[in-house]
Amino acid sequence: MELLSTNILIFAGLALVMIVAAFAAVTTSRMMRAVTYLLFVLFGTAGVYFMLHYTFLGAVQIIVYAGGIVVLFIFAALLIGKGTIDVTHTSKRRYFAGLLTSVSAMMITLYLIVTSGFSTDKFTVDGVPMKVVGTALMGTDKHNYVLTFEVMSILLLACMVGAIMIARKK
Amino acid sequence: MDFTILILILPLASFLILGLCGMKMSHKAAGITGTLSLATVATLSYVTAALYFGAGRTAEGTFETITPYNICWLPLGGTLSIDMGIMLDPISVMMLIVISTVSLMVHIYSMGYMKGERGFQRYYAFLSLFTFSMLGLVVATNIFQMYVFWELVGVSSYLLIGFYYTKPEAIAASKKAFIVTRFADLFFLIGILLYGYYTETFSFTPSETLLVAAGGVIPVALGLMFVGGAGKSAMFPLHIWLPDAMEGPTPVSALIHAATMVVAGVYLVARMFGLFIDYAPEVLHIIAYVGLFTALYAAVVACVQTDIKRVLAFSTISQIAFMMVALGVCTSSDPHSGGLGYMASMFHLFTHAMFKGLLFLGAGAIIHAVHSNEKSRMGGLRKYMPVTHITFLIACLAIAGIPPFSGFFSKDEILAACYSFSPMMGAFMSFIAALTAFYMFRLYYLIFWGKNHYEEQLALYKAGATDHEPHKPHEAPLTMTLPLVILAAISVVAGFIPFGHFVSSNGEAYTIHLDYTVATISIVLSVGSILLATIMYKSGESRLTTAINSRMGAFIQAAYHRFYMDEIWLFVTKKIIFNCISRPIAWFDRNVIDATMDLLATATQKLGNFVRPMQSGNIQSYCVWFLGGALIIILTLIFFA
Amino acid sequence: MIVPAEFYLILATILFFIGVFGFFTRRNLISLLVSTELMLNAVDINFAVFNAYSHPEQLEGFFFTMFGIGIAAAETAVAIAIIINVFRNVKSIHIKNLRNLKH
Repeated sequence: MELLSTNILIFAGLALVMIVAAFAAVTTSRMMRAVTYLLFVLFGTAGVYFMLHYTFLGAVQIIVYAGGIVVLFIFAALLIGKGTIDVTHTSKRRYFAGLLTSVSAMMITLYLIVTSGFSTDKFTVDGVPMKVVGTALMGTDKHNYVLTFEVMSILLLACMVGAIMIARKK
Repeated sequence: MDFTILILILPLASFLILGLCGMKMSHKAAGITGTLSLATVATLSYVTAALYFGAGRTAEGTFETITPYNICWLPLGGTLSIDMGIMLDPISVMMLIVISTVSLMVHIYSMGYMKGERGFQRYYAFLSLFTFSMLGLVVATNIFQMYVFWELVGVSSYLLIGFYYTKPEAIAASKKAFIVTRFADLFFLIGILLYGYYTETFSFTPSETLLVAAGGVIPVALGLMFVGGAGKSAMFPLHIWLPDAMEGPTPVSALIHAATMVVAGVYLVARMFGLFIDYAPEVLHIIAYVGLFTALYAAVVACVQTDIKRVLAFSTISQIAFMMVALGVCTSSDPHSGGLGYMASMFHLFTHAMFKGLLFLGAGAIIHAVHSNEKSRMGGLRKYMPVTHITFLIACLAIAGIPPFSGFFSKDEILAACYSFSPMMGAFMSFIAALTAFYMFRLYYLIFWGKNHYEEQLALYKAGATDHEPHKPHEAPLTMTLPLVILAAISVVAGFIPFGHFVSSNGEAYTIHLDYTVATISIVLSVGSILLATIMYKSGESRLTTAINSRMGAFIQAAYHRFYMDEIWLFVTKKIIFNCISRPIAWFDRNVIDATMDLLATATQKLGNFVRPMQSGNIQSYCVWFLGGALIIILTLIFFA
Repeated sequence: MIVPAEFYLILATILFFIGVFGFFTRRNLISLLVSTELMLNAVDINFAVFNAYSHPEQLEGFFFTMFGIGIAAAETAVAIAIIINVFRNVKSIHIKNLRNLKH
């Protein structure tokens, strides 16, 4: 019964919700629903981060993804309007071609994962203290990420300008 | 003899000048340029002849063969090379005189005949080109140079026949002449190549040992060369182009299709005579029989033609065949025993060029006066055109073989040579000579005697039956009558040239002596024929004529249609060659070769059409393909690495 | 008992290929974007899992995930701006109507 410990049960529930929600998100015919199912997946992902004891990451996931991106989606869906948001699928032939390729690719990947044998003995439940995150993000030493941080900030700025430029009315 | 190069350069230069700048010159300037250059060439030719024959003989009693120029133009490896040069020997010097004289006469004559024609400068340019090519042909140092100029002659002939290129008949005739002679030249070329391959030289004097070693190939090569000569010299059955070639301007007919180019075949055989007589006498005799048949055929056809130029064309074919026969009946190179024909042939070539040129120029003057080729528009012209009448009569007498005109002497030598070959041959030739006299005088009477077309028309006009006044025939201008008179004078006296002293089969001097039996027979026959023609045609169509016409109607019809030779050729080419050879080849080309190419193209296209939908511009399907490809690579790596 | 790393990886794989499947079969720009988000999420999970299980002493996977989230946000913002612009011009976000780039 060790296998069915609490952690695993929680994970199983989480995984089930995420998979079902993801599948629903790509098969539903209504766009608002698709976005809502995506929201479930994103929350599930945040749950996964919590399980890995990366609480800061889980918080970022919820704030940025579930709070920011999904709102953008909803805005877009609403802006585009009800008449055009019905999701239609492609032709049967393409549908099955896509299904076949993705399923077989998934099978191969799963096979590789199962047979590769990752070690799990280094896992700790300590998590990452907030102070470590802060110094690593802003530090200039080895394994510190100030440069990446700056690049990210410029990227976000560029995206903001770009999005405004693209979306604004002439 | 270094100046002889000018004989070739001057006509070429005049061709280039007239051809390139002709359109900027006036007609007169162009005509004078061409004529002056030709006059110079003629003078140089006479000087060459005087110097050459004046230089005396070598120890063996022959004239030395001089080669002032011989440039290796195209070395082909080994001893084989194509040379270009000038070679002077008795026959080439004789030909220089003939060509330059007739050409000069034609140049002068054309100034009057072609006056005001469109393309006058072009005409003179082509005449110069022709003269250049013909002179290059006769002075050739080797068979290949001869071939090169031979083809140039063919081209200039083509250009001049098609001079009136807006006339469909002229275009058809020029094409016919070119294709027929070109077809024959194919054999000539094969002959040359065989000859060159086995004797390892293109010169006229290959080494004895190689000739012997080549054995049976030499007669074949010489025979093939004769086929080329037969094409140019209009031997049966390759004669069909010559009558049609009369579509060209009449002076051109005189120069090319009577005096010079058509005797190129005879000249070729004479040039190769030494080889013929030593290595292929049987081919020589075949030539004789072909010539005999051609002479007979052409003479019979000439008797019934109504177009005066056609009569002269067939007469030309017949007379050239005479020369061929004369060459063909030679059995040795000794003029005293069996080699007489060579000299006779060259002699006849010389005299024939003069009187046949005269006949054509006279015919040109007549056509100029009445604006038609048909005999029905002529008749009774002697009052209107006295000079033409007299000169034409002289030419007729010469060709008919009446002494003391030149034709008598040369024809007599031919007949003597034929009788010494075989009496049968001689008898046939005498008969043909009689026919010649008959058809020439038929022509003469039809043109100059009998009822005058103009007078008839004038009477009708005066009576009010027709409302357009007929055109009065008039004597030709001086530029046209002068050449007639000069040629007539030559035709009268040429027979007295001691021709055997200059040209003979072995090069030694030969004194012409009349064979009185032969001479008597031929004179009697000729006079008889002339009398017959006089009875039949002097005052229109007599009772005898009508009787003969009704008796031999079918035969005359057949002869009028030249025994349907053109139709037979058309049948052979169109029905047999086109259907049995060309069509299958065309079918093969279209359905096998083209189809293979088409298949390649279609396959590519089909493949392209198959692949094209993949390039849908749809990123999703690209992604599917991409992932599929990645999968294949991963699987390969998993299972094979 | 801690959850084995393979479980997380399997979950991420399944999510990723659901995203791929969606990307292959949907015909609507926003749905395609949703599928892309699914794939990005799966990748983020992978980064975090590898970090946690293989090199917990360093935080590379952690920060990769974080930057990944940032990039996803930027990408979504631009993509939605484009989609709205496309809709404004073509009056449709169905990709079968978006063929002008082909010609």
